[in-house]
Amino acid sequence: MKSDISKLHENVTWQEITPGTSIIGSGTSAHFNTGDWRVDTPCFDESKCKQCLLCIPVCPDSSIPVQASKRLDFDFDHCKGCGICAKVCPFDAIIMKAGEK
Amino acid sequence: MAIRDKLSGNEAVSVAIKQINPDVMAAFPITPSTEIPQYVASYIANGDIDTVFVPVESEHSAMSATIAASAAGARALTATSSCGLALMWEELYIAASDRLPIVLALVNRALSGPININADHSDAMGARDAGWLQIFAENNQEAYDNFIQAFRIAEHSKILLPVMTCQDGFITSHAVENISLLEDEKVKAFVGKYEPENYLLNEKQPMAVGPYAVSSYYMESKRLQAQAMADSKEIILQVAKEFEALSGRSYGFFEEYKIEDAEYAVVIMGSAAGAAKDAVDLLRTQGKKVGLIKVRVFRPFPAEELAAALKNVKAIAIMDRAESFSGHAGPLAAELRAALFNAKLTPDAISYIYGLGGRDVRVEDMQAVYTSLEAGDFKCIDIPYRYLGVRE
Repeated sequence: MKSDISKLHENVTWQEITPGTSIIGSGTSAHFNTGDWRVDTPCFDESKCKQCLLCIPVCPDSSIPVQASKRLDFDFDHCKGCGICAKVCPFDAIIMKAGEK
Repeated sequence: MAIRDKLSGNEAVSVAIKQINPDVMAAFPITPSTEIPQYVASYIANGDIDTVFVPVESEHSAMSATIAASAAGARALTATSSCGLALMWEELYIAASDRLPIVLALVNRALSGPININADHSDAMGARDAGWLQIFAENNQEAYDNFIQAFRIAEHSKILLPVMTCQDGFITSHAVENISLLEDEKVKAFVGKYEPENYLLNEKQPMAVGPYAVSSYYMESKRLQAQAMADSKEIILQVAKEFEALSGRSYGFFEEYKIEDAEYAVVIMGSAAGAAKDAVDLLRTQGKKVGLIKVRVFRPFPAEELAAALKNVKAIAIMDRAESFSGHAGPLAAELRAALFNAKLTPDAISYIYGLGGRDVRVEDMQAVYTSLEAGDFKCIDIPYRYLGVRE
């Protein structure tokens, strides 16, 4: 049975927590804003992007949404600002800027 | 019909493994448990079983691989001794907190140093707080029987905790004794097919194992783990009952030996219980009211049950085959004294350290323990603990 993520909040009781704190089911990080702080922030320049999609698989936090084979702007609820996407981009379409935004 | 055979303790456990045919065994050789992976590897090579054997480069890796196999959905086990168990220390806690029903065949051996390869319980006692169930055997038969029951207890849906079966290095692991084995198909039917509800290789239902738990979650997770350990008492007895129906051999948390009317009792674990029982028999012929309790299950600790069994005795010698360096008691003695205190019982309860590093324990030694209990020649307050069989 899938874990009910809504019940695993910070006030969960010991009776309600899952054995081994295992989470049954996938994609649950969508429910958590893990990108609430960053040191640097990637900026996406759509005009330079050739949609090669090299940035997609290297993102450790799956924070680059793709729709109809095209990448969209970053999911800043989950981006940690690591900068790997900027490093891998052959077209300078991703520039890292200092700060959280 | 049971099969009569003559086996060493290591071979007895290996035969149990063969009869169960688990999915994965990852192990690294260390005396005196080396024979167990050796026997299992030969069963695999001969085509008797299809267990996947993972040869690893250390015990740290052995437990890591066992954890990974178990999390993936396999029935997994390992075997080790002494420093091998110590090298697994970090992983032991993870196996338990991830609630993985692993079984570890521990062949008890002293921890270094000084380096020593012989029996004592310092390895198991070092792991007593890791969250594993710990079940001790006195002889080869019990080592075999305990191992067969271990997976049933570990895998119970209310428990999901790893189990360590313990036997004394060389004394039972290498000594050959008569043994009564169960038929392969009976063992298979008893242990059953392993069908975990959740596992990593289930493509229909992905899961996360062992996620990070910040302080808002860690304590609740530990409390739930403690509950599973407490609940395992019921399951241990339930499995023992079913095992008795199958084998005719009865098991509980501990064995009571002539304790009912006893005034002086010894509480002991492992192979030395044999010599202690002989001492009881001898002293009983002289009319002495002496008895013994052999602790089988150390984790979970059967505190209330032990206190109830000891409620009428005047004095108890609690025998530890391990130092705890607390300066006042060995580990079994500390736990049992706490249990007696909670039950508001105040017999003299002396802590004896004995048999370290394979030091032989003879019937005369155990007789001397009973004699000193009867003579009342100690007071806990003056000598909280003492050594048996040490030269002075």
